Amino acid sequence: MSTYWKANQRRLAPWLFLAPGMAMFAIYVIIPIFQSMWISFYDWDGLGDAVWIGTANYVELVDDPEFYTSFKNNLIWLFLYLLAVPAGLLIAIFLNQNVRGIRLYKSLFFFPFVISQVVVGLIFTWFYAPGFGPIYLLTEWIFGQGTAILADDRYVTYGIIAAGLWPQIAYVMILYLTGLNNVAPDQVEAARLDGAKGWRMLWYVILPQLRPATFIAVVVTVIGALRSFDLVSIMTAGGPYGSSRVLSYYMYEQALSEYGYRMGYGAAIAVVLFGIMMVFISGFIWKMWRDETER
Amino acid sequence: MVHLKKGALALTAALLMSTSAYAQDKRVLNYYADFDPIPLAAFEALITDFETANPEVDVVLQNFDHEGYKTAIRNFLTTDSPDLANWYAGNRMAPFVNAGQFQDVSDVWEANGLSDALASAKASMTIEGKQYGVPYTYYQWGIYFNKDAYKAAGIEVPGPEGVNWDTFVANCEKFKAANIDCLTTGTKALWPGAGIFDYMSLRTNGYEWHMDLTAGKIAWTDQKVRDVFAQWAKVQPYITANHAALEWEDAAALMVQGKAANYVMGNFAVGNFKQGGMTNDNLGFMVFPEITPGLPRAEEAPTDTIHIPSGAKNVDDAKLFLAFVADAAVQTKLNAALSQLPTNKNSTVPADDPFLVAGFESLSSAYALAQFFDRDAPAEMAKAGMEGFQEFMVKPENLDAILERLESVRAKAYE
Amino acid sequence: MFPRPIEQTSRATQIMYKIALPVALFLWLMPLLGIAVTSLRPPADLAQGNYFGIPSSIAFSNYADVFRNSDLARYILNSFMLTIPVVIGAVGLSCLTGYALGIYKFKSNLLIFFLFVAGNFVPFQILMVPVRDLTYDMGLIDTTTGLALFHIAFQTGFCTLFMRNFIKALPFELIEAARVEGVSEVRIFWYIVLPLMRPAIAALSVLIFTFIWNDYFWATVLTTSREAQPITAGLNSLKGQWVASWHLFSAGSIIAALPPVAIFFLMQRHFIAGLTLGAVK
Repeated sequence: MSTYWKANQRRLAPWLFLAPGMAMFAIYVIIPIFQSMWISFYDWDGLGDAVWIGTANYVELVDDPEFYTSFKNNLIWLFLYLLAVPAGLLIAIFLNQNVRGIRLYKSLFFFPFVISQVVVGLIFTWFYAPGFGPIYLLTEWIFGQGTAILADDRYVTYGIIAAGLWPQIAYVMILYLTGLNNVAPDQVEAARLDGAKGWRMLWYVILPQLRPATFIAVVVTVIGALRSFDLVSIMTAGGPYGSSRVLSYYMYEQALSEYGYRMGYGAAIAVVLFGIMMVFISGFIWKMWRDETER
Repeated sequence: MVHLKKGALALTAALLMSTSAYAQDKRVLNYYADFDPIPLAAFEALITDFETANPEVDVVLQNFDHEGYKTAIRNFLTTDSPDLANWYAGNRMAPFVNAGQFQDVSDVWEANGLSDALASAKASMTIEGKQYGVPYTYYQWGIYFNKDAYKAAGIEVPGPEGVNWDTFVANCEKFKAANIDCLTTGTKALWPGAGIFDYMSLRTNGYEWHMDLTAGKIAWTDQKVRDVFAQWAKVQPYITANHAALEWEDAAALMVQGKAANYVMGNFAVGNFKQGGMTNDNLGFMVFPEITPGLPRAEEAPTDTIHIPSGAKNVDDAKLFLAFVADAAVQTKLNAALSQLPTNKNSTVPADDPFLVAGFESLSSAYALAQFFDRDAPAEMAKAGMEGFQEFMVKPENLDAILERLESVRAKAYE
Repeated sequence: MFPRPIEQTSRATQIMYKIALPVALFLWLMPLLGIAVTSLRPPADLAQGNYFGIPSSIAFSNYADVFRNSDLARYILNSFMLTIPVVIGAVGLSCLTGYALGIYKFKSNLLIFFLFVAGNFVPFQILMVPVRDLTYDMGLIDTTTGLALFHIAFQTGFCTLFMRNFIKALPFELIEAARVEGVSEVRIFWYIVLPLMRPAIAALSVLIFTFIWNDYFWATVLTTSREAQPITAGLNSLKGQWVASWHLFSAGSIIAALPPVAIFFLMQRHFIAGLTLGAVK
């Protein structure tokens, strides 16, 4: 037996190393995905019996105006959350100097990412609050009449996205700071001798070298935008009257919240959200595969 | 001796209990609850009294936090069921009753004459003729107002019997002239708006109609529903702007500061008003104004209840406990500590709390008691309804679209 | 070095920059200051609507009260009892899986790698109901163990991506040399590669600690009682049935934020080094 192992260990070893990780992952991630898809074909309140209803949940979803509101909000999140990428880059460039204490500054700028999103949501809720919130008072000062962002169905999603951008920009900033550390100094010197500076330098010399950092930054930002549950839950609970709802929150509302006893319907929403994310995930995987096979 | 489970302490206590021969003679009652600190203290006292009256029984209370309990109950009713559990009445208990997870306790009601003593709360504990729990407290809803704000606007301060609707609306005009919000509310959590709707509905069309509406028997596009909203539209312009971003406590702060005059709220808010600095001198209470003249006056009185899960092991002692909690004297003592109202009509309230006295008056002389929209209507309808009420208060011009949407939810929610 | 090093610009620009730094930091961290101030407000202030004005008094007692009025100490303990095993478990498993996928060439290598990556990006909601049911059936609902098991499994995806990229960048000659000398695969892993992975392990541990400590969604789905709830979900207990004690909530939030911040400051160097080598490759 041990000779078999000695002879074949190079072939068998990877599977040995992979086994525990793959097992956990399969049980807790891969299989549940299929289970959720299965549940979406049932009508189940989570307490009693599940009743098979086929695709009825999906049919209902198509006619559900709340679904479209959530979907629209997810799209808004997707596009605006990407502002974190250039914003993070700009702050990284701003901090990429060697003055005294810059390391402390870099760490402190990263702070928002280290705090729980629950706390971020709470503090921004108070900032927007009508009557006493600084941002509300600011709108009152500028426009004459105060705007309570979280009470207005036109602006509420944007208000929540702004809150989410705060920690996300910090995250992207760190990614770019480390990326900037890896920029080849000789290329920069050569370009500088050629007279490149400012925006031209950034666009033609620096950004191409930052491509891996940009890729990761976009990936985590897109995933974060589609996942945005914590902030919506804390700041508005989907309100006012459902106008800031996103798919991840809608699913939770339908399946597990105080007034939500519809597990099957919630699962259907989750499957749709999963489908949307698979589009992006496949895109990323494809890009990674291309990079891998090019090597 | 009340045992309060708290992590390691519980383990030690359990070990001590199991090794003590004396303790082994006692029968154990497991009780899961979600009390805030003050009610918790009140209940610990009640449990001590129960154990004194029933020395062979030991009640072990496990207390959850209020929000976590709402999810926890869905778990523990199936896995690790206690003998007693807190919950609410009306349609809030329906999912569990229909799934067979709460036990029928009609025998406790029979044996202790509760159908008479707890008459006003009986309907909300009954599904298909059987009772599924025992109510131990409720609290009144009504209009709390800032007397100083009334004086600042030059309006006569109302007494507890309130004013009629036309007077109320006229007063709103005067408040507006004095730059005070006539009515304030904070609908971020949605339910405060439902309180206003319920009263509009009860006062415009009456108790039976309102119950039919929440039971799904009336279409939301019906003219009578529009009548309710038409009345509501009269005060809508005088409601605090941006209430959709306010928690109910923030709106309470407005009333404390005198920036708002009236607040449709439950009696639990009094603690909050007083913490902000209001006193019995400037805080007033009145019943909601009469809108349609001649309608018998119904009130909102959300009820807190105790149930026996179907998976309970010690059913006999649990029923003893329920009977104990329903007793008049026990309820008097309990509710004095809770600052709420006993559901037993033979109980009494402390005479020095003007709000409890007014509330007791209001509820005992009420024609009937509603449970609050999110307990009278099934969950899905409740959620959609409350969102609709919030939207109406922000954008009254959307009424047609709102009613259409509620009607389509009604078609699905009442299967 | 990009942008132009500040030493090479005019004196005026240098001074402006040195002033701009603290100003920018203050603006950036203003929300944090907001929470800190609220945590020191007496509750009467909040009941009167005074959230951002001058506090009527400095209520240091809030920090003591939050421990007295709630089980904050228990929640913090739960958070540690959750986070530390998860960090050990996830990082440990991913050392193994990352090694397997980074060193060995076999047909399904890339496929399995992408499975880990894709699985890590799925929305939580699609896992919510089945994972909750699974944890239920295993009798682990409302336990730290149940929550920890899920997190270990889920974070293995992200950690595998991180480790595998890191390991791929290591010099393969070391392993080849060891193989030539007849060292067994397991010993190669343990004695040669693992020590080289230290910066990545440090960086990943900090990241995972932060993620798990701050997780809110799964804490609320899988745990409900104070015996098991970590601090993110436990803070919700400060929102009682009727009155939310915002001053206590803020104090609790500041206390809750301290461990990840402390760990971050202590492990900064490893963290940044690890990010450089692991993810941005």
